[in-house]
Amino acid sequence: MTGFGVSVAFWVLSVLTLASAGGVMASRNLIHAVLFLIVVFLGVSGFFVLLSADFLAMAQVIIYVGAISVLILFAIVLTPRAERDNSETVMVLPAIFLGISLMAIMLFVLYDANWSVTATEPSLSAAVLGSSLLSVWVLPFELASVLLTAALVGSIMLVRSPSDEEGDLA
Amino acid sequence: MTLSLEHFLTVAMLLFSVGLIISLSKRNAIGILMGVELMLNAVNLALITFARFGESEMSISGHAFVAFVITVAAAEAAVALALVISVYRTRGTIEVDQLSLLRF
Repeated sequence: MTGFGVSVAFWVLSVLTLASAGGVMASRNLIHAVLFLIVVFLGVSGFFVLLSADFLAMAQVIIYVGAISVLILFAIVLTPRAERDNSETVMVLPAIFLGISLMAIMLFVLYDANWSVTATEPSLSAAVLGSSLLSVWVLPFELASVLLTAALVGSIMLVRSPSDEEGDLA
Repeated sequence: MTLSLEHFLTVAMLLFSVGLIISLSKRNAIGILMGVELMLNAVNLALITFARFGESEMSISGHAFVAFVITVAAAEAAVALALVISVYRTRGTIEVDQLSLLRF
């Protein structure tokens, strides 16, 4: 993968994504943290475009930026104002230690391993993805629809108020 | 310059580590969920990177797996936020260090 534009796009996206991830960690207000999270999602979808995963980049924008961040914002709005600070517990130093150690181990493995890298770009169009989803992966594909239905019903049941449930048996 | 597998995987690993630190250290349950979403995104980025650069006869399987991960992540976010709201109704708080009823 060569070319000046691709390199510039990669570095800009890297800085944007990682800085916004740091912003999710550092911002004191949960609403600001969600806004930083949206920038991270957009940056990751930019990486998907760079890696020629066009359909998944679009799905990332629609599902993560469009749906999940709105869901998180709704959950923040439904909990009181006093809870909107984004502070850490006492476990912050062990967590940072663990995260940095894991990162060091993974980076060591990444640069130590001898990856077998393909020389030619594989065919990764949305048409190939669609036919593989409906041939090889058709069983997980159907199971995913069952899972989505179960999650929908389950989350509706979880957030019903007790006064709603009194009318159930009538 | 040439972009390789290592460039993209490094970004994915840094993103995963930041997500891990966030989900381990935040006090607010919604903050923890945001860390989990960051980790899921990092894993998706790693899978797409391997699908693009890895030597395989069926590279598109990586993309299919990412599609399933996005589906499960959406279901997970919906159920987890419903749980957060449910906990807020019964306990009046969503700060995880105060939800210590089951702690020894």
